[in-house]
Amino acid sequence: MAVPALKLDGAQALLAAWPEPRGEAAWATAARTRAARRLAERGAPVRRDEYFRYTDPASLTVQPAIPAAVRPPQEEPIYAAIERVRLVFVDGVFAPDKSDAAIVEGVEITPLAEVLRTDIHWARDLFGRLEADGQTPVDRPLAALSTARATEGFAIRVTGRAAKAISFVYERSGEAADVLVRHLVRLDAGADLTLLENGPGAARLNTVMEVDVGDDAGFHHVRAQGRDHDRRAWTATFARLGARSAFKSFTLTVNGRLTRNESVVAMAGPDAVTHVAGACVGDGESFLHDDTVFITHGAPGCESRQVFKKVLRSGATGVFQGKILVHPVAQKTDGYQISQGLLLDETSQFLAKPELEIYADDVKCSHGSTAGAVDETALFYLTSRGISRRTAEELLVLAFVDEAIAEIEDGAIAEVMRQRLADWLARRRG
Amino acid sequence: MLKVENLHVRLEEEDKAILKGVDLEVPAGKVHAIMGPNGSGKSTLSYVLSGREGYTVTDGTATLDGADLFALAPEERAAAGLFLAFQYPVEIPGVSNMVFLRTALNAQRKARGEAELNAAAFLKVVRARAKDLAIDADMLKRPVNVGFSGGEKKRNEILQMAVLEPRMCVLDETDSGLDVDAMKLVAEGVNALRAPDRAFLVITHYQRLLDHIVPDVVHIMADGRIVQSGGPELALEVETNGYAGILAAVA
Repeated sequence: MAVPALKLDGAQALLAAWPEPRGEAAWATAARTRAARRLAERGAPVRRDEYFRYTDPASLTVQPAIPAAVRPPQEEPIYAAIERVRLVFVDGVFAPDKSDAAIVEGVEITPLAEVLRTDIHWARDLFGRLEADGQTPVDRPLAALSTARATEGFAIRVTGRAAKAISFVYERSGEAADVLVRHLVRLDAGADLTLLENGPGAARLNTVMEVDVGDDAGFHHVRAQGRDHDRRAWTATFARLGARSAFKSFTLTVNGRLTRNESVVAMAGPDAVTHVAGACVGDGESFLHDDTVFITHGAPGCESRQVFKKVLRSGATGVFQGKILVHPVAQKTDGYQISQGLLLDETSQFLAKPELEIYADDVKCSHGSTAGAVDETALFYLTSRGISRRTAEELLVLAFVDEAIAEIEDGAIAEVMRQRLADWLARRRG
Repeated sequence: MLKVENLHVRLEEEDKAILKGVDLEVPAGKVHAIMGPNGSGKSTLSYVLSGREGYTVTDGTATLDGADLFALAPEERAAAGLFLAFQYPVEIPGVSNMVFLRTALNAQRKARGEAELNAAAFLKVVRARAKDLAIDADMLKRPVNVGFSGGEKKRNEILQMAVLEPRMCVLDETDSGLDVDAMKLVAEGVNALRAPDRAFLVITHYQRLLDHIVPDVVHIMADGRIVQSGGPELALEVETNGYAGILAAVA
């Protein structure tokens, strides 16, 4: 089927909006050329794409990016209590003067641009590879754009148990910054890393991360997307999991105009574990939050969990597209998926498209999706004990998202996330 | 303490009259029981008194120490000292029993202009009350009523009552779903709370709970009215002859 001219022209416009990186190693240039070709041939995303059916990508592709007011930080840094190395980006550009020294025992941290000029074999084997694999069965053009053009970000190799967490902080200063950030993460066999991300990033932020999790390795990812009301973000995490490895990712989204987080996880080795979870709270007709997840069980005995909770009010929209693909070889698969929208009024909506595609016969897969209001019976029970209706509602909202927050293994970080949500609710007291 | 006069109530959903002129007065220090066949309006009375939505008061009044209950929101009624032990306690996933109890107690204290209890002081209160009801630390940590057995749920209701120390306690079929041992435990919990400045309205279908919580007055309710009142012997009569005999006599 011919790709519509609108999509092809859109792809050219995206590629033209960013300078073609120069002076890189031949392997990097080749990877970029292939990615640019993928984007040019498949076209830019448009609303008519099935993959963007619920989320209009126009504001993610329009040139130039739509400006967004910069909101000064008003609260404690979210991971203040966690021992971490902070790597700060301002409008998508690494700011060494604001950052800690990039030294963590058990970890090699190198700027992406440097890696792409040299011949580091693990980076060569990873850069653009998982992104390219992730282009089937659906196109992810904004990820191809990242491979073709992104120069900011880090390449992180973890050789053992990382002594501290690595923390990417995305600050803003310009109202109209349009940003590509790209990270590569490689965990050697048995290695372990906690990666933290937070901050609004840019008026329009595109972050892509490729994560290669070796046998018996563990990758823990916690993200808090910034509170700026008008920011837009499109993110993708591509992961490949070795035998008995674990990939655990949690994202909290508060505010923002448009947020789409894609997770593409392929379990290639047996007995691997994937947990992808998210909670969002959004207010107003301009709020749209989209989680799009694709998990492949490519080996026997793997477990996957997807837990997504969205609290929506005053015309906000939540979207969930989640797919589990189980290959014929992936016997003894244990797959679980739950996506729920809590609608605090009748104008908000939650759109969900859960999909299971199973080719093995000895498989346990369950999925559920619900959209509903606060439970009146529970409200009455709480108020009958003297709790005000407002406090009762807040308790029930926090209870609703808690299943997602409980996916965070680190209790201290989970507590910070709970507090962030409580603060959000408190700010909305009438 | 609690005074109900000529109370008429319709169930909104079915537009059906449920209570058709209830008169009832429970003085401080007393235990009154309401018995009656299914569908007589016993539970509706408890819900209307505590402020559940879905019911319309078409006539009559209900006051607690002279305060008009129907002018108050459910949480205000609670702060005024009213407590309903639910027939079917509600499960609330994600909210721990401790957080629930502490939020409720401090909300009531605040509403009454009293100082809120800090975590340590609160813990002390709860632990003492929980021990009497054989409620262990694990049950306190778990989400409210989630995964609790029938007996645990009812004990949890009595624990809330013991912690919140209401002055007017309404118990809606607290004996339903309990075995004999669990019922004894619950009854002991209730009896321990009996006090000169506290009153109880015990709604039950069967007489057996009243062996353990001995009432001062027993009311028989039928078709939305209290049709007969008497001493504890009235409950025994129900046990022996069923409701049919009494209802035939008052018809």
